[in-house]
Amino acid sequence: MIQAFAFYLFASILVAAATLTVFARNPVHSVLWLILSFFNAAGLFVILGAEFIAMLLVIVYVGAVAVLFLFVVMMLDVDFARMRAGFARYLPFGALLGVVLVAELVLAMGAWSAGAIALDARAAPTPAAVPNIQALGTVLYTRYLFIFEAAGFVLLVAMIGAIVLTNRQRRDLKKQDTARQIARRPEDAVRNVVNQPVGEGVTL
Amino acid sequence: MIGLGHYLVVSAILFTLGVFGIFINRKNIIVILMAIELILLSVNINLVAFSAYLGDLVGQVFAMFVLTVAAGEAAIGLAILVIFFRSRGTISVDDVNKMSG
Repeated sequence: MIQAFAFYLFASILVAAATLTVFARNPVHSVLWLILSFFNAAGLFVILGAEFIAMLLVIVYVGAVAVLFLFVVMMLDVDFARMRAGFARYLPFGALLGVVLVAELVLAMGAWSAGAIALDARAAPTPAAVPNIQALGTVLYTRYLFIFEAAGFVLLVAMIGAIVLTNRQRRDLKKQDTARQIARRPEDAVRNVVNQPVGEGVTL
Repeated sequence: MIGLGHYLVVSAILFTLGVFGIFINRKNIIVILMAIELILLSVNINLVAFSAYLGDLVGQVFAMFVLTVAAGEAAIGLAILVIFFRSRGTISVDDVNKMSG
């Protein structure tokens, strides 16, 4: 009973928040609605017994991705009002597309029947009486170790790519170049002048 | 009681909302990226729901990988957005024709 109530609560708030994400006038509000929908999806995952994924959703999505979105939205000085111009023009086409997609999904779900699911063919059956995180870790660090490391590489490439893309050399300000300072030798900078007559300047 | 179908319906609604959001916010790349995040979230809900109802942990493992790719995609997408805004002063999709040759 409480499970059904929690499911309907989380699911309805999730759908409402996702709708407002798409329709909000101000992108900052969009990001905030996105955060709310991530929290409610995490709630759904907790009901399903996937605690680790739920916590990951809160930490990675809300803590990193949504905050990144928020930073970019607030950093860029964009005229968002002008961007809303085509909103009403695209609405009929978007609605048509949405209706077609929903009809397809309903048709597919109506025509789909599970049949005999071969439960023996499961790749990694959920062990009973083991916490979700422990069971997930056991699978992740044995059977899917290489894919797990590939996921780490994906994140590394994304990190390096983002840094390289947004890093810029500004020519309008002077910066200290420590390497050049250290590489400078006395013979490059100092000249010994012999037999210099008194009272005359030194040619530079 | 809550069955697999309930979760599939929520996920389908979320997916449709994401696609809808891409089409009605055609000018605003930031909201398009957020709509893509919604689509990936709906895929994750599907994976985790099937994983829970079939008693197979692989669904949750792959939901984690989808999460990884989504995080990387958001970082790269926003970085491209920032440098594009820096050079052009706008992020409107209509103005993105620099690579058309």
